[in-house]
Amino acid sequence: MTLTHTSGAGFSRRAALALGAAALATPMLSRRAFAAPTELTMLAWYGHAEPDMVAEFEAANNVKFVPKYYTGGDNMLGLISQSPPGTFDVILSDAEYVQQLNAAGYIEPLDPADYAFDEFFPEFQKFPGHWDGDTLYSVITRFGFLGVAYNTDALTEAEASTYDVFWDPRLTAKVGHFDWHLPNLGQMSLLNGNPSPYDIDEAAWEAVKEKTLTLRPQVGGFFDYGGTFSSLDNGQMLAFAGIGDWITGTLERSGAKVRSVIPEQGGLQWTESFSIGKGSAKADLARAWIQYVTSAQGQAKSAQMAAYPALIPNQKGWEVLNAENPAEAKRQGMVDGPGSAIDLIRTGRIQYRQLPVQQSLEDWNDFWSDYKGA
Amino acid sequence: MGRRISAYGLTFSLPMLIWQLLFFVFPLVFLIALSFWTVRNFRMQPDFDTVNWTTMYGRAIFWQAYGTTLALAAGAAVLTSLLAFPVAYAISFKLSDRARRWAIMLMVIPFFTSYLVRIYSWQVFLSDAGIINVMLGWIGLGPYGLLNTPGATLLGFVTLAFPLVVLLQLFSLIFIDRTLIEAAHNMRCGRLRTVFAVVIPSARVGLVIAALFAFILSFGDFVSPIYLGGGDPTTLSILITDTTKSGQQWPRAAVIALTMIVTLMAVAFLSIRFAYRGRK
Repeated sequence: MTLTHTSGAGFSRRAALALGAAALATPMLSRRAFAAPTELTMLAWYGHAEPDMVAEFEAANNVKFVPKYYTGGDNMLGLISQSPPGTFDVILSDAEYVQQLNAAGYIEPLDPADYAFDEFFPEFQKFPGHWDGDTLYSVITRFGFLGVAYNTDALTEAEASTYDVFWDPRLTAKVGHFDWHLPNLGQMSLLNGNPSPYDIDEAAWEAVKEKTLTLRPQVGGFFDYGGTFSSLDNGQMLAFAGIGDWITGTLERSGAKVRSVIPEQGGLQWTESFSIGKGSAKADLARAWIQYVTSAQGQAKSAQMAAYPALIPNQKGWEVLNAENPAEAKRQGMVDGPGSAIDLIRTGRIQYRQLPVQQSLEDWNDFWSDYKGA
Repeated sequence: MGRRISAYGLTFSLPMLIWQLLFFVFPLVFLIALSFWTVRNFRMQPDFDTVNWTTMYGRAIFWQAYGTTLALAAGAAVLTSLLAFPVAYAISFKLSDRARRWAIMLMVIPFFTSYLVRIYSWQVFLSDAGIINVMLGWIGLGPYGLLNTPGATLLGFVTLAFPLVVLLQLFSLIFIDRTLIEAAHNMRCGRLRTVFAVVIPSARVGLVIAALFAFILSFGDFVSPIYLGGGDPTTLSILITDTTKSGQQWPRAAVIALTMIVTLMAVAFLSIRFAYRGRK
């Protein structure tokens, strides 16, 4: 066998010179690429700054996300209030807390022209709570529904299609609560026939409390995020109130026999949106991130986030998702036609999760503690 | 005439003083101040208002959680002490020096693993389809609801405290004057009576302090009540998280925390007084 030096396959002197020149010139041409990455702080629910979500953006912009994860809106507000201004460049918030963030002066106003709202479904182009008059403060990035989560070995979809299933004798001590009063009591309010589950008068509030207390003997436990996952996964709880596909979808993807369904009384909608933290020194990069994650490509990625899946408000994002992963698009209902996620909203079966309107948050929270101790 | 503190003594006592000031006294003072603050629109404001105290102490759930926590922690202290004593006794009196060293090492090993992981692993045993119920199923029993029960919470507390209680009991038993035991035997005192009449009274301080540590660890634990008890019934640690989870009510959580601290200090004081009773 003879080794030959050819200009095509071999490593010629010219090629070596070209490579050397390229190596020397690259830092001059792309100094940023070789500079230490710019750190961008993100305050968010777990998963939003994990590699499956941010790696592409980090590589393209020489950015390194530094996440601070929280477990609930109050936790988020606490973390911000205890930190100096400018600590967080990007802040992810549930819709009901955006107004609190704005009122406390924790977030910057945004220019709507910077974001692809024209690609969004009309329902999300001027989402309530994200705007103060004509000033935008937060851009919706994902949403999901809360209904009845159930073990598919224990219940059929038809059986789980009503909140009344929680009182089924087969589920005694097998109903779990995600330990947060807002979604659970909102669902009880829907079951009581309140069209706006969080805007109820005192009589309706008393009725919600009364109805909720009758469920107590059925309850097997009150669980946090991890506990909810494990008790559904190991079959310890056969039905769950206060959650939806954001938990069961993750389990379902890994083969667990659990699903969520929107019951006949309707479901609740949670949303997540991005804002730029007040005093951020990297507002340009923060804006670029929000532009990226709300673009069609970013949205398709967001819908399939490893930590927990979600629906996306960008209509073109649905198209990308259907092209990339039609099974997941179908599983989440992000397909055209009746029964789709957007159809559920348009037919009035979904209500926003929000802070109580006629009672104080404290009233709801205190009742929830009393209910747990009942 | 007061005693002068030497520079030597000061040098060695100063770190402890600084530690106590930094990590106990200052946080405690802040916690007390915080309990009088108020919350408006999710924001805490320095204030001097007793509303948090009257609100928390006026709620039935607070006293219910207090009673539950007290009962579970006391139960854990008694149960752990009873389970640990035969182990500590055997290690102390029945094993050779070499075997005792191995046994002590085995008692230390659990501290190398995360408590949270140990508690999660209990779920594998206790769940309806878990190892215990599967084994019971082989003999036609069950399944029994073992997980998400107060019993499971108690088991978690024992898991947390058992190695420490064994070690504390052990160090107390090891230093018992063996001639006292020999004297008891010479006076025809049976084995069991020797244990109750000589060993336990001689090791009383260590045994009480071991039980006290079991109580302290269990009283403030959050992991077992949540992951083995399913958050039901509500304990004070769960009530703290409930209180902070909604509306930023850290001042009310401070009331609960201060009540827990006072309770623990009272229990510790009474326990130590009991342990040293009759001693000079």
